[in-house]
Amino acid sequence: MNTHPYKPNIATVQDTWYETFGDRCIKTFKVVFDDEEVRDNWTHLPGQCAMIGILGTGESMISISCSPTEGKFLRFSVMRAGKVTKALHELEAGDKMTVRGPYGNTFPVDEWKGKNIITIGGGIGQAPLRPIIEYVRAKKSEYGDLTVVYGARTSADLCFKGEFSELAKVENTSCRLSIDAKEEDWPHYVGFVPALLMEINPSPENTIAITCGPPIMINFVLQNLKKLNFPDDQIYTTLENRMKCGIGKCGRCNAGNLYVCKDGPVFSYAMLKNVPEAFA
Amino acid sequence: MKLSKDKLADFLAAIPGKTVFGPQLSGETLRFTPVTRPGNLCPTVNNATVPPKSVVFPQTETMFRFEQGATDIRTAEPSGETVLFGVRPCDARAMSIVDNVFFWDVDDPYYLIRRTNSALVGLACLDPCVNCFCTSMGGGPASTEGLDILLTDLGESYLLEVLTGKGEMLCQSAEKLLSQASSADKEAAKMLQEKAAAQISRQIDPSGIPARLPALWESPIWEKISASCLGCGICTYLCPTCHCFDMQDETEGEESRRYRTWDSCMFSEYTLHASGHNPRPTRRERTRNRINHKFSYFVDKFKVMACVGCGRCINLCPVNIDILDILSQVGEQAL
Repeated sequence: MNTHPYKPNIATVQDTWYETFGDRCIKTFKVVFDDEEVRDNWTHLPGQCAMIGILGTGESMISISCSPTEGKFLRFSVMRAGKVTKALHELEAGDKMTVRGPYGNTFPVDEWKGKNIITIGGGIGQAPLRPIIEYVRAKKSEYGDLTVVYGARTSADLCFKGEFSELAKVENTSCRLSIDAKEEDWPHYVGFVPALLMEINPSPENTIAITCGPPIMINFVLQNLKKLNFPDDQIYTTLENRMKCGIGKCGRCNAGNLYVCKDGPVFSYAMLKNVPEAFA
Repeated sequence: MKLSKDKLADFLAAIPGKTVFGPQLSGETLRFTPVTRPGNLCPTVNNATVPPKSVVFPQTETMFRFEQGATDIRTAEPSGETVLFGVRPCDARAMSIVDNVFFWDVDDPYYLIRRTNSALVGLACLDPCVNCFCTSMGGGPASTEGLDILLTDLGESYLLEVLTGKGEMLCQSAEKLLSQASSADKEAAKMLQEKAAAQISRQIDPSGIPARLPALWESPIWEKISASCLGCGICTYLCPTCHCFDMQDETEGEESRRYRTWDSCMFSEYTLHASGHNPRPTRRERTRNRINHKFSYFVDKFKVMACVGCGRCINLCPVNIDILDILSQVGEQAL
């Protein structure tokens, strides 16, 4: 059993597909650990991340975008951006990648039992939200209403497109999608996510709001959640920063006195509102 | 105990099976390197430019090796025991401070091995340099924190104080070379140590700094302080408490390695996201982070300031940015 905190495990890519296309396309990888012992001992919860990479190229910290309720595999949705993610995008089914983790804290899923959950995502920010959505969906009887609000610039920029119509059929679950500008045959909302949130007008009563997306969206979503009278401790977000070690040693991922890799990535707004670098 | 200086070479030679590192000139830089000829040791001049953290946390260190295209990852394991000879009390304290990070929740395996396998023989500073301010930071020229043995230069000999079990082990093998210290020797050492402490002219009371920093987040002082900064990173590279590192992969022929290397929060790439976004886009934000990390965040996490007052960042800054000057400004700024 590998207990070395920096030593990655080898995993095989089982399946890959593109979520979005273009220069900064997003590709999803479904991977399984090669070592049976690693596979059996791996546990993670929604909100956590893993260092994934390619030997000889390097590693990147990526949100685990599946819930443990989905099975003994991991999913990562990776935007093609830097050296490592570009190399990862070359991988196809059967290829090897490295995975170590899981890192960071989790959404407090036990604490949230019995509560309504609303997720508010934008673009690739839906990747860390997908596990909590899937987790709540799998344990629907333990949670209240589930509302998924998700937007992207265009319909082509939405991740996990095929999943929302199925999700909306689940009891007490609704999905509201948005794109920035009008497109032909688009049956959903046109406009920005923070505005859609106001239109939905969720009650803060027994409800947890979780948001992740581009900083500008998060800022307006937070403002609007405050307008909707959501208390700070009922608002959650996940942060990202450049990381190398994943275990609070290499220094760089701090936002103020919080290390995103260890103290986060999940934070309540109550924790973050006085951290000056949190939304930098 | 007392060790005659002419027996120093024998003392070091008597230490069985350990590599002795001490301050020696390599080119023009005084750094801790393996001692092959004790005559090359420079324990009496100024403190080493490169702090002895470089022995337990090397500037560049291989973590793993692997062949191109293979999946067999070979973990590099530091081996061998070391004795660090001539460590200044400030640098020994710094190692205790850095331990907080490398042993926080999860032990860093490389650091753990090197640190556990090293013994620190300190040398009291009897002639502090002009920018030393250890006494303001909870240390002193003869502070014993983090040391296994403390030596005080009495001219012809060293007064040798054994501080830990590790220190005792080192002396066991060299028992014959040591003599009893007289009360006059001890008195002389004490006088020299006190004189050295009194010589430290730069002083500050940093106790109020952690509480003041959050309120000064948007203060114009950061712009002013960082205006002349070149972003060279020397203040952090050679800081004995700075521990940040980068991890990179490198391939040469068929063999690749993953290594880590010192990094600096004063570099723009340090926090640069792959998207191009940088949460600390200018030297203003980076300088502010450096000071906040040392005097606020570190205190929040580990209840100690990440500065020992060694003065290196002041001595080595090419544009004379002075950390004590920064702290004074933080202390004086209206909140």
